[in-house]
Amino acid sequence: MSLKRKDLLSISSLSAEEIDLILEASEPFKEVSGREIKKVPVLRGKTVVNLFFEPSTRTRTSFELAAKRLSADVINFSPSSSSVVKGETLLDTARNIESMQADIIVLRHSSSGAAEMLAKNVRSSVINAGDGWHEHPTQGLLDLFTIKEKKGTFVNLKVAIVGDVSHSRVARSDIHALVKMGAEVRVVGPPTMIPPFIQRMGVKVFSNFDEALPGVDVIIMLRLQLERQGRSLFPSMREYAKLYGLNVERVQRTGTDLLVMHPGPINRGVEISHEVADSCQTAILDQVSNGVAVRMGLMYLLSQLQ
Amino acid sequence: MRTLIKGGQVIDPGRLNRIADVLIEDGKIQLIDTNLQATLKNPESVTIIDAEGLIVCPGFIDLHVHFREPGFEYKETIATGVDSAVAGGFTTVCCMPNTSPVNDSQSITEFILRQAKIADKAHVFPIGAITKGSKGEELAEIGELHQAGCVAISDDGIPVMNSLVMRRAMEYARAFDLPVVDHCEDSHLSAGGAMNEGFVSTELGIPGIPNAAEEVMVARNIFLAELTQSRLHLPHVSTIGSVRLLREAKERGVSVTAEACPHHFTLTDEAVRNFDTNAKMNPPLRTDADVQAVKEALKDGSIDIIATDHAPHAVYEKQRQFDNAPFGIIGLETALSLTLSLVEESVLTLEQAIAKLTCEPGRVFNLPFGTLTVGAEADVALIDPKISWTLDPNRLRSKSRNTPFAGWNLKGKVVKTLVGGQVVYEAD
Repeated sequence: MSLKRKDLLSISSLSAEEIDLILEASEPFKEVSGREIKKVPVLRGKTVVNLFFEPSTRTRTSFELAAKRLSADVINFSPSSSSVVKGETLLDTARNIESMQADIIVLRHSSSGAAEMLAKNVRSSVINAGDGWHEHPTQGLLDLFTIKEKKGTFVNLKVAIVGDVSHSRVARSDIHALVKMGAEVRVVGPPTMIPPFIQRMGVKVFSNFDEALPGVDVIIMLRLQLERQGRSLFPSMREYAKLYGLNVERVQRTGTDLLVMHPGPINRGVEISHEVADSCQTAILDQVSNGVAVRMGLMYLLSQLQ
Repeated sequence: MRTLIKGGQVIDPGRLNRIADVLIEDGKIQLIDTNLQATLKNPESVTIIDAEGLIVCPGFIDLHVHFREPGFEYKETIATGVDSAVAGGFTTVCCMPNTSPVNDSQSITEFILRQAKIADKAHVFPIGAITKGSKGEELAEIGELHQAGCVAISDDGIPVMNSLVMRRAMEYARAFDLPVVDHCEDSHLSAGGAMNEGFVSTELGIPGIPNAAEEVMVARNIFLAELTQSRLHLPHVSTIGSVRLLREAKERGVSVTAEACPHHFTLTDEAVRNFDTNAKMNPPLRTDADVQAVKEALKDGSIDIIATDHAPHAVYEKQRQFDNAPFGIIGLETALSLTLSLVEESVLTLEQAIAKLTCEPGRVFNLPFGTLTVGAEADVALIDPKISWTLDPNRLRSKSRNTPFAGWNLKGKVVKTLVGGQVVYEAD
């Protein structure tokens, strides 16, 4: 089976069937990571380049592990240490890499649309590992995988996405993914951090966290970027934690067997309290291991097209 | 030297709209009447231009172009700019001062006029800066700019954020009867924005520029114009709120004029869906409600004129990530076709549409062009309103290619342009 597309740029461009395909293809790879010899020859002889213009240890490591466990040759390219500082453009950098016969380029960039621009201009398969505030499709997919594992279904599941939605590519990908798969999505955050017209994406908007909680099955907490304080988006971490932080009381307020998720890294005591972070209700570490499996499944599917 | 433009539909808005012949002598309109050919003395020495089936109207006036010279000649020069202009039917253009160095002095103004004279194709009138270096702090030597030949002042590209500086600029400019053109944008509200703030920007995760960023400054400028009794001209009006403010101000008798650009009455922010940087400009493409409001405003006269805001950028500059690419699109060679669409849609009559490109801009900046009255400069555009053509960016006369209309099927085209009675452009 294959995805019949060269690139994976966004969740918004995927159909529900394609999402199902990726999730199913990822299942067997989860088992591979549990073996003693964590290797399958699926991508043997292929070259995967991680082109990360934004610093990221976790996502990059996850892609690197995934590619290596598939037996690919992996190169990590972090342009802070290379020619981009000397003024080379994204396209020129990418074309240089393509000339090294990269089969898959995994791109993370601070500009929305960067992955799409790259994909149009190179023959290699491009996987969007996060472009600006736009999308982080593999995060969306691994979040779906985790929810499916823990809750069994998406249909009519009540999912709340909480935090700085405006600046979150994870939020956008998750919203597309969950709405497409039939979940009921609520976004919660201070009005300064909820982008305009987001209801048109099929979600309900709340600025009062407590009002949004009853009945919620899954909560995805977003990381508060502390650098955003001082730009009039929120007055202080203290107030943010009080109004929008997930604590034990709020977990109980849902009245369900709440699943707590977070794309990481977490700010303990800010968006998530210490007690909740360490409780067995969080699937944060499962998300990490599922991330490797989903990225393996995805790269397998893309390579089938080539 | 005599030329006879024969048998076209002569439209001189407000004065003439019928089939007639136009006789040009020594670069000026000599006579307009029917059957002139028969009455010619020494007919062998007269150049005949057959205009049957064509519209014959005054050459267009664009009050808002960026010709990038001095300093950014790789994007456009005055020579390539006027080439592009006449290919679009424009025989008079006013070029903005955001060159490098900024046109805040007599020497730069004179340089621009000199380059235009050498290019010898269209009339070029410089717009001088409001503040020194367009930094928004100290007034430029506006008197000297006026004497050197500037027809208006603007810091276009950047707003004059300090309201006191804007007030003083308006008052000072009154001494020279110069229109003040403020790029209406509250730079705090728009900070970081790359497209219209709306549902599309929310889905794409691109920082947005809200309508309010333009509207708060439109409001401010209208009040300052009232306070100072000066001539305010609002460039590139793009929002429903700006239109509302304009309408109300005009009803009150405030001396304010306004322009709209063809892209703001043709495209919405949906054009940016695939991150096309050739659809990125400032103010950005807005929503359908805004587009309809701009059309209404053109119809009822709240917006006086059409101008292009022709803003060339090199291909490689636009080939960057969306948020990184420069703002601006070219527009001289597509303006007429897009304006004729308004006639198709019954937003404007043909005569009104031509007026918005000719006598109205002439009136707004007091330029002695834009009409076909006897004795006027023979700046004439011949239009084939029926011809269908596909826009191939590589065949544009501009040095740059940054247009969102590449590949569009357009209707109506300028087939010939005359400046001072000389043919300066002929469609191939």
